Amino acid sequence: MHPAYSVIIFTTASGAGYGLMFWLGLLGATGYLPVERWFGATSFGLAFVLVTAGLLSSTFHLGHPERAWRAFSQWRSSWLSREAVAAFIAYIPAGLAAVGWVFFEDLSGFWGIMAVAGALMAVITIACTAMIYASLATIRQWHNPLVVPVYVSLGLATGVLVLTMVVSIFSYNARHPEILTMALLVVALILKLAYWNKIEKQEKTWTIEQATGLTASTRVSQLEAPHTQANYVQREMGYKIARKHGAKLKTYAIWLAFLAPILLLGLDIASGNQYSVILTVLSVLSATIGVVIERWLFFAQAQHVVTLFYGTERA
Amino acid sequence: MTSLPTQPAKKKLGLVIDLEICVGCQACAVSCKEWNTQGYSAPLSDEDAYGADPHGAWLNRIHSYEADIDDERSTVHFPRSCLHCEEPACVTVCPTGASYKREEDGIVLVNPDTCIGCKLCSWACPYGAREYDPAHGVMKKCTLCVDRIYNENLEEIDRVPACVKACPTGARAFGDLGDENSEVSKLVEARGGYGLFEEFGYKPVNQYLPPRLRRNKNIEGAPFALEPTNASKANTTTGRLFQWADRILSR
Repeated sequence: MHPAYSVIIFTTASGAGYGLMFWLGLLGATGYLPVERWFGATSFGLAFVLVTAGLLSSTFHLGHPERAWRAFSQWRSSWLSREAVAAFIAYIPAGLAAVGWVFFEDLSGFWGIMAVAGALMAVITIACTAMIYASLATIRQWHNPLVVPVYVSLGLATGVLVLTMVVSIFSYNARHPEILTMALLVVALILKLAYWNKIEKQEKTWTIEQATGLTASTRVSQLEAPHTQANYVQREMGYKIARKHGAKLKTYAIWLAFLAPILLLGLDIASGNQYSVILTVLSVLSATIGVVIERWLFFAQAQHVVTLFYGTERA
Repeated sequence: MTSLPTQPAKKKLGLVIDLEICVGCQACAVSCKEWNTQGYSAPLSDEDAYGADPHGAWLNRIHSYEADIDDERSTVHFPRSCLHCEEPACVTVCPTGASYKREEDGIVLVNPDTCIGCKLCSWACPYGAREYDPAHGVMKKCTLCVDRIYNENLEEIDRVPACVKACPTGARAFGDLGDENSEVSKLVEARGGYGLFEEFGYKPVNQYLPPRLRRNKNIEGAPFALEPTNASKANTTTGRLFQWADRILSR
């Protein structure tokens, strides 16, 4: 599948934003984070910027972004619509929790409930985004029960990583958020490795004979394509990454998104949080690049059954 | 409304495409492109037609394959367009309701005024029936010539999809596949027609008629492919003669 940059930026930025929103809501309401107004403004502000930038970025791949408001209407049948609705709803409790934190420095009672509700809506939104891909039966690599867990765990891991950076910048004790972040990165890495293992080992059972229905033939091969130039279907669905490039990019993703941040955070704890700011900032930068590569691969490794009509033998 | 119609469609209008007869002339693709360039909506885009990167949306694409028909390698020309499924995934994934299935005749359409061009429907379709039109910013697909089949401005004989009208060999037929007494239904029954990728469960309405068995099979002793001359199999005078000639010339 053709990796559209606007969609890659959308899912990675909003994933981190909703992850951050989740941890702020949960850790704020349960008293693990200081309910101090500037910290709240910076961290919630960052979450809203990430989420909003992501959502706006997703409208860039539309043919008619001015009609995007219509996407709220078909939540009964469409995961894309459900994601739009969930994203919209999430702003409300998260926004109110931010108000409580920033203006009243209070996350008890009503504000606390809003914080937890915001956290819940954040995870639901990430899950809905992942379901857009996971619900498509036409793409074997996406129609996979690991897709939603991978998206959610990556969102939560990158979100808590950003939170750890803000905690360091505000000179709060970063040790516990760092341990939490390392744990989440490990979980996310395990899930992602399991996903890659699954898609690389799974048998491609769709055949060109099945696609054309010429199953009486022992072998169907493409004699001539319908057109001399690639069409939309081939450009959008026919994008294929060379296996050696895929393997290289996978290695970069594993190091940049997971191993480097884990090592940097470990180093930070070991050095007594003396260099927290620089180490957490480096971790966030590394993870950003790593997650973008991971998301790019998510698209590039996906193969649509329509490629069978264009001569691919198995999908 | 992108939930599917609550009642099953009263009619199941669709096409029957005969893979035996199709010669790959592309007349159906061209007539479809022409009709949908001057019809109901913005013209199908046709950008840089004579330049380095010609591109544009077409609703009907004709593939050519090599396949074994009765143990003989043959060419099969394969027109591919929307199959107007009974339970199309392209309709349920649409977030705006632009993609919909008509209750009265089962035709699946895109409303070009509400489509946002998110392309999700084209990801959901296993048949590649939907193409994004870059000039119009919306998704386009076979409309089953909904603007021809009910069009009182056309002679009744012309109220069939443009592709059906254009086919010079009669490889395309149009009718109600929900009516077991219709011509198309009888054709499907007689020839063992099939839908594509039935395993997905989208219940395609369009049916393809498979290539027929070859007539040579009924002539006893007649080979349908020349057998390679195999030296160890010479048991006739001519066979032994060719064996000798093969040996002499191979020195």
